[in-house]
Amino acid sequence: MTKFSDLTRLPDAQGHFGPYGGRFVSETLSFALEELEKVYLSLRDDADFQAEFDRDLAHYVGRPSPLYHAERWSNKIGGAQIWLKREDLNHTGAHKVNNTIGQALLAKKSGKPRVIAETGAGQHGVATATVAARLGLKCEIYMGAEDVERQKLNVYRMRLLGAEVHPVESGSRTLKDAMNEALRDWVTNVDDTFYIIGTVAGPHPYPAMVRDFTSVIGREAREQSLAQIGRLPDALVACVGGGSNAIGLFYPFIEDEEVAMVGVEAGGDGVETGRHAAPLTSNAPSGVLHGNRTYLMSDASGQVSETHSISAGLDYPGVGPEHALWKDVGRVSYVAANDDAVLEAFRELTRIEGIMPALETAHALAHAKVMAAAMRPDQHIVVNLSGRGDKDIHTVAKLDGLEF
Amino acid sequence: MTMNRIDQRFAALKDQSRRALIPYITAGDPAPQHTVGFMHACVEAGADVLELGVPFSDPMADGPVIQKACERALKHGTRLADVLDMVASFRETDQTTPVVLMGYVNPVERMGYETFVRRAREAGVDGVLMVDMPPEEGAEVAPLFAEHGLQSIFLLAPTTSSVRAATICAHGEGYLYYVSLKGVTGAASLDVEAVARQLAPLREMTDLPLCVGFGIRDGETAAAVGRVADGVIVGSALVSRIAENAERPEAIPAALKAVLGDMRDALDR
Ligand SMILES: Cc1ncc(COP(=O)(O)O)c(C=O)c1O
Repeated sequence: MTKFSDLTRLPDAQGHFGPYGGRFVSETLSFALEELEKVYLSLRDDADFQAEFDRDLAHYVGRPSPLYHAERWSNKIGGAQIWLKREDLNHTGAHKVNNTIGQALLAKKSGKPRVIAETGAGQHGVATATVAARLGLKCEIYMGAEDVERQKLNVYRMRLLGAEVHPVESGSRTLKDAMNEALRDWVTNVDDTFYIIGTVAGPHPYPAMVRDFTSVIGREAREQSLAQIGRLPDALVACVGGGSNAIGLFYPFIEDEEVAMVGVEAGGDGVETGRHAAPLTSNAPSGVLHGNRTYLMSDASGQVSETHSISAGLDYPGVGPEHALWKDVGRVSYVAANDDAVLEAFRELTRIEGIMPALETAHALAHAKVMAAAMRPDQHIVVNLSGRGDKDIHTVAKLDGLEF
Repeated sequence: MTMNRIDQRFAALKDQSRRALIPYITAGDPAPQHTVGFMHACVEAGADVLELGVPFSDPMADGPVIQKACERALKHGTRLADVLDMVASFRETDQTTPVVLMGYVNPVERMGYETFVRRAREAGVDGVLMVDMPPEEGAEVAPLFAEHGLQSIFLLAPTTSSVRAATICAHGEGYLYYVSLKGVTGAASLDVEAVARQLAPLREMTDLPLCVGFGIRDGETAAAVGRVADGVIVGSALVSRIAENAERPEAIPAALKAVLGDMRDALDR
């Protein structure tokens, strides 16, 4: 039985989280990753770097983000108290910017004048374009052609910020294909380019590095819970695409055994239909994609499966390797929320609390609602409100039969 | 155990002071029934080793030419198991030309390493190059490959540090695949002088043949690289010919032979 305290000592030196993670990349990238690892490890414990990071988070991002008691929604559900960690209030509107600020500082310290990123919903692309504008870095974003269509608003936002957005036409034309294309760019331009990966996936050291940068969410939430609830919450809930907002919230609580954790994947039309993006919930076999070993949706011959979700940001066939291990050791449970329930949660939070969540985030809300209903009013759930929903108004309007 | 076909071939080439010509084609492109014929055509045009690409849905290290080849092959349902069958069928009439499977880890991982090495050996595969499996990650399964006489071919790149190069040379078998440039397959510019400079220190580390791929387009580039390397690997230049003729596959063997024939002549001149 793995002691939960052991989970804080991962990954190992080769970037493995138990059987998962690692550095499965073509040789051309090995050197870049070794360099990145060196720079990251030297700065991680560097007081000046941390101070600069914290300063940016405070004055540019607007941290700490509030922990908000959704009292009216909790009362309506009639069970546990639901608290929302308001990452939607960050500059650029999602949790992604925490990581992006950190990696952009690394890019600057490494003397790389150009940054690239993949994006699904466009939130990570927007966050990257934003920090690139601020630091005067050249910025190019890869985005699946289907997502360019679904997330027009964010595409234009990125262009206004000075980024070049490349629609990716290969494969399933979504997030995984954008990541393939970003990796191809990186091997070609490795000398002057820093690849800012947007989630806790990719080859070592990305999963650990992105986790460390986003963990500010959980550190704040832990303190805020003690101050506002008077104790640790009973449960944490977050949506899981690659898994960065979930890891950011969960990681600082990992040794608090009394705190249950639930990651909510994209159930699409329902996990039983096969049309989903829920590798953990569906018990997908382990596989290797984008530099790491993890639960990976692929067919019997190892071809990576196309995924289905109403939310572009969760439409990914793999998941961060640390989540894979957390599932195996039973530290976190993983479930899926279907598109229907997600839309209902989106509308409900908007109408009852005046907070319009991103469709990604609405997955966490849909499941939190189910959990809360089965709990007592003196129990507490913290949900990571990972992003705001402005970017999704288009998608929802379309379902309502409206076009702008 | 008898000497691996790859080692035999390079030993023979060395005796004759000749360079290896190593074509790459994607199995199943443009359709599976043509692949074995293409393999024989390559041999007839003077190929020494065949690299047969295993189609994958997410070929991250490949440029557009080989990406599209993967898409064409997958559309016709060519999977790893089918590729092994193609090698077995090729072996019915060619027992001497070495065959290396080149591709990505996931299809092998899904088949299971034990099953894969057994079936690959039975089919007559000699070596395996998994692009996204550096020696560090492959350490666990390396003994299994060795036990079945499958050689592990590794990549070296212009960015490889000398420390890593030493590790790779220590784990490599058959030949080392030197990636001539920073980029994906099909990229244009290859700098022969730079390649020569980078191969020199590798010669000190290993006796394995050093073969160079990426950017070899025609007889001229092949000959230039052949002056500094033990072999040349040609992929996208062949796969483009296959793409151009995808609608009339009967023209493809001659097209492949034209490209390879020029290279063979230039290398042997
Ligand atoms: C608001 C929001 N939440 C969640 C995600 C999913 O990413 P992750 O699982 O890495 O948190 C995204 C990705 O685009 C997002 O924009």
